[in-house]
Amino acid sequence: MATSLLYLAAAVCFILALKGLNSPRTARRGNLVGAFGAALAVATVFFSVRMDNVPWILGAMVAGSGVAAPVARQVKMTQMPQLVALFNGVGGGAAALVALLELAHTEDSWVRVAIVFTLLVGAVSFAGSAITFSKLQELMTTRPVVFPGLPTLMGAVLLAAVGAAVAVVFSGSLALALALLLLGLAAGVLLVLPVGGADVPIVISLLNAFTGLAVAASGLVLGNVLLVVAGTLVGASGTILTRAMAAAMGRSVAGILFGAFKGGSTAGSTAVSERPVRSSSPEDVAVLLGYAQRVIIVPGYGLAVAQGQHTAAELALTLEARGIEVDFAIHPVAGRMPGHMNVLLAEANVPYESLKEMGEINSEFRTADVALVVGANDVVNPAAKTTAGSPIYGMPILEVADARQVVFLKRSMRPGFAGIENELMYEPQTTLLFGDAKESLAKVLSAVKAL
Amino acid sequence: MDGIALLTITVLAVFVGFEVVSKVSSTLHTPLMSGANAIHGIILVGAIIVAGQASDPWVLAVALLAVVLATANLVGGFVVTDRMLEMFRGRKRDLSADKEPVSKTPEVKSPEVKSPEVKEDFR
Repeated sequence: MATSLLYLAAAVCFILALKGLNSPRTARRGNLVGAFGAALAVATVFFSVRMDNVPWILGAMVAGSGVAAPVARQVKMTQMPQLVALFNGVGGGAAALVALLELAHTEDSWVRVAIVFTLLVGAVSFAGSAITFSKLQELMTTRPVVFPGLPTLMGAVLLAAVGAAVAVVFSGSLALALALLLLGLAAGVLLVLPVGGADVPIVISLLNAFTGLAVAASGLVLGNVLLVVAGTLVGASGTILTRAMAAAMGRSVAGILFGAFKGGSTAGSTAVSERPVRSSSPEDVAVLLGYAQRVIIVPGYGLAVAQGQHTAAELALTLEARGIEVDFAIHPVAGRMPGHMNVLLAEANVPYESLKEMGEINSEFRTADVALVVGANDVVNPAAKTTAGSPIYGMPILEVADARQVVFLKRSMRPGFAGIENELMYEPQTTLLFGDAKESLAKVLSAVKAL
Repeated sequence: MDGIALLTITVLAVFVGFEVVSKVSSTLHTPLMSGANAIHGIILVGAIIVAGQASDPWVLAVALLAVVLATANLVGGFVVTDRMLEMFRGRKRDLSADKEPVSKTPEVKSPEVKSPEVKEDFR
């Protein structure tokens, strides 16, 4: 009884944690309430059931947090997406292992159904997250990996998995359950390999929802209400978020997962074209900016990687001191995840009212003298509107082409995350300034100050 | 607990999940993903139950592996989310600190209080 009430309290804490995210003001407190709920639930479990091996368990918990906490504290904000993927994966793995071990304790076919579900979904989430992590960390190519026979192989793996799952439900065989686990891992790898570029973060969100469902199902296995509630909450929130992200990119979730199967549709070119572009010096860019009336800065992942947020913020400050109106235009998927750029600019203390969402700022590019694109590429690429068959076709973009002048701060002509060229760079109103985003910004900044 | 009761709870949790999360602004989508991620680390409770009832050493070893993974998910998830949200709170405080002197103009005149805030506020 007391146990159930404590679990209920923990479940309420989790709901409050998600509810707190409605506003930046309450979000951090909400997260702390969630962490308190988790601590409460973990403390409760030690007194609720017969418990052996306590020193071992405590040791494993110390080991787990000893690895995760320092990593979580030291990771750069730019690497946040892959870390979220990693933590999601280990959660899915844990759920699969719990289900595997529970198989020996039950004769009930319905519980076995929940077990095979957890096994399969947890394994898919673990392996899929490992692949998304490798892609974002650039341990492997970020491009879609497709090979002939992939759809057939995927179909065969899924068919075998369903067969194994049914067999486990009827037989309770541990060997078949292990086979199911391996098939789940293979399915996870095959599911994520064909996903490339800017679609990877959406898959992280999807796998996050998967892990939630696996945890909910493991709650059914163990008859634990807290796991059911917490897992279902995450499953529901992950589903909503996945759909919101897909909508922000003008894609369907099915298109993201299986687009590459149809061939061609997400395979951009890696070739760098030899067409001429107009490049210029920091001093020229400074003159453009310094005598403008309205400047819109479009920050992208390149800015974040170069840790140039502070310099960008200072440039905005300096321009405003000259009476120039400056805003930051934030694409919903700028950075690597939705809202990621807001996190990065918040780190640089850019004031909230200078950050404008895409819907708000798009009509204002027409009135802008200069659009300064810093380390962004795909989110301003007109191919999203004009080139059917482009990997980003259909994705809403920032309409920088409407500005009188467009300045790209880029490292090189190498294409962006989605692996396609940006026609905008060859337009007559466009100027390129090559170099590391932070260094270029610093040079432009000092040139503006010298005007 | 019987199956129908669990099913009822599951269905209700789906609705609560949709209801709570559909109000989150896109600014906070990254922390939301990370926060939801931390919450499913509660699988740790399940891992501890399984490990606590293991008698076979192999079963115990696998269960302990699950405990390690689940703890990493839970602890790491909450720490990372907190770090992200800390930044949002910092900015909000700057703004409110900005506004306060307007209403209390006569009192706030000491320069050592005001100057560091002004410096931090990149505009």
